[in-house]
Amino acid sequence: MKNKKAFGKIFEAVMHAVFLLLGLVTVGCVLLITVYLVIAGLPAIRKIGIVNFVCGDTWRSTANPPSFGILPFIMTSIYGTAGAIVIGVPVGFLTAVYLAKLAKPAVRSVVSGAVSLLAGIPSVVYGLVGMLVLVPNIRRLFHIPDGSSLFAAIIVLAIMILPSIINVSVTALEAVPREYEDASLALGATPVETYFRVSVPAAKSGIAAAVVLGVGRAIGEAMAVMMVSGNAPNMPSLFQSVRFLTTAVASEMAYASGLQREALFSIALVLFLFIMLINAALNFFLKKR
Amino acid sequence: MNGRVSVKRRAYICFMRVVMAICAALTCMLVLFMVCYVLIKGIPNISWALLSTKPSYLSGQIGILPDILNTVYIIIASLVLVIPFGAGAAVYLTEYAKNKKIVAVIEYAAETLSGIPSIIYGLVGMLVFCEFFNMKTSLLAGALTLVVMNLPTIMRTTQESLKTVPQRYREGAFGLGAGKWRVIRTVVLPGCVDGIVTGCILCSGRILGESAALLFTAGFAHALNGFIDGLGSAGATLTVALYVYAKEQGEFGVAFAIAAILMVLTLIINMLAVFVGKYFRKKNS
Repeated sequence: MKNKKAFGKIFEAVMHAVFLLLGLVTVGCVLLITVYLVIAGLPAIRKIGIVNFVCGDTWRSTANPPSFGILPFIMTSIYGTAGAIVIGVPVGFLTAVYLAKLAKPAVRSVVSGAVSLLAGIPSVVYGLVGMLVLVPNIRRLFHIPDGSSLFAAIIVLAIMILPSIINVSVTALEAVPREYEDASLALGATPVETYFRVSVPAAKSGIAAAVVLGVGRAIGEAMAVMMVSGNAPNMPSLFQSVRFLTTAVASEMAYASGLQREALFSIALVLFLFIMLINAALNFFLKKR
Repeated sequence: MNGRVSVKRRAYICFMRVVMAICAALTCMLVLFMVCYVLIKGIPNISWALLSTKPSYLSGQIGILPDILNTVYIIIASLVLVIPFGAGAAVYLTEYAKNKKIVAVIEYAAETLSGIPSIIYGLVGMLVFCEFFNMKTSLLAGALTLVVMNLPTIMRTTQESLKTVPQRYREGAFGLGAGKWRVIRTVVLPGCVDGIVTGCILCSGRILGESAALLFTAGFAHALNGFIDGLGSAGATLTVALYVYAKEQGEFGVAFAIAAILMVLTLIINMLAVFVGKYFRKKNS
């Protein structure tokens, strides 16, 4: 009897440890990714020099002598993301207000079904449609030799971040206490005025989180952008072929070796730092709520 | 009522309503356009020969059977591996963890994981699984990369469903003299089945659509393999095959056929998620 009790205690302790380990797997994964990226990314930065690497404006990885400046990629990623936010956020935000406050239940379920489908479409499908619809039309419309450009990438990204923005904003708007709106209505404001002057300000940190999430999605997207942006390492310009941080890694990884390969890991490290900053911002806004 | 609202205010209200309606309509039109365009361009290109053969250089015929199988293999392998880790972590967080700091750290880690872009997963997966663990470019390496990527999803859905298990069930079991593990096995785990199923559906959708993380971990090969051999060798999933056919080989017909298949599967997975969600809600209430 005593033995059985002791065994039971040990068994419980073992199970506790097993579940603790399973719980710590996530933490281990994050540490592993961070450590590996730093170890793989630092050597090239050290060899090239941090200033030359981050501020250099020419990327000629296969030339002799090679030149590894990733400023064009950083700027392209920032411009592309900013463009996607400028187009995607207003559309997503207004759709979210409509869905959360105005839409009738039937309309609402149709639109939110559509939004979740939009979120589920694989990024290569966006890339494919962008390649065959957007790119030729941009070429024709703006009379440029090649439609694969920053502009095409911005449009694709704006569409791809819509679901994140809409879903997070709707959740935030729905969490606004009903009393706030009732008070505003009782004071004589119309429903639409109430939504925009009471509900939206009350949900502002949630909406900010939606925007930050959109930024994260846009800056991290690789495949769709790779298919429509042309991939030349130019400084960003709206109607020129450009290369993002993500596509810089993806486009050369298959054949890179030596310092070029190490430099690609350094690009990934820079991208990772951006993502970490965005994550911190996201946490800040979510905590605020 | 309307008479007392000034013209300026009425104009504002009207303007806002119109703008909102336009934005919502635009979103729906985009979805409708994507679905219709891909299906119209893709379905005529789908043929039995395409679905049931592998690419042959002799006849120049393209078949996507290997890519379909690879996708199935990678989904199965990832789900089998991700469920114990994700569900285990969720059980730890809701049932065992007393230390608030550990919970905060684990949750922060999960949030971080879900924010990392897939291209970075691909890169680290390549370094860790393909090179360090010497798995070469293989479906297994790809599946393991996807396990890490999908861990937060399963964790979150399982946690959600564990929260719906009433506290009094646990207390009842403890009161009858059951140990912690016994309570978890008999009361808690059956309660998290809904969460795991929902999580699996979400993860399947994500794995189906994933390409950047698989490019350098699972590779591009189109060889026809069984499950075990398949896991050990390189292979393209449907999305990766789409990318290769569209971007590198200019085979837009095949690319659209794959896109149409992916679109239909996405639709099915979405509907399944909604259906399952409704079913579990009804069961629980």
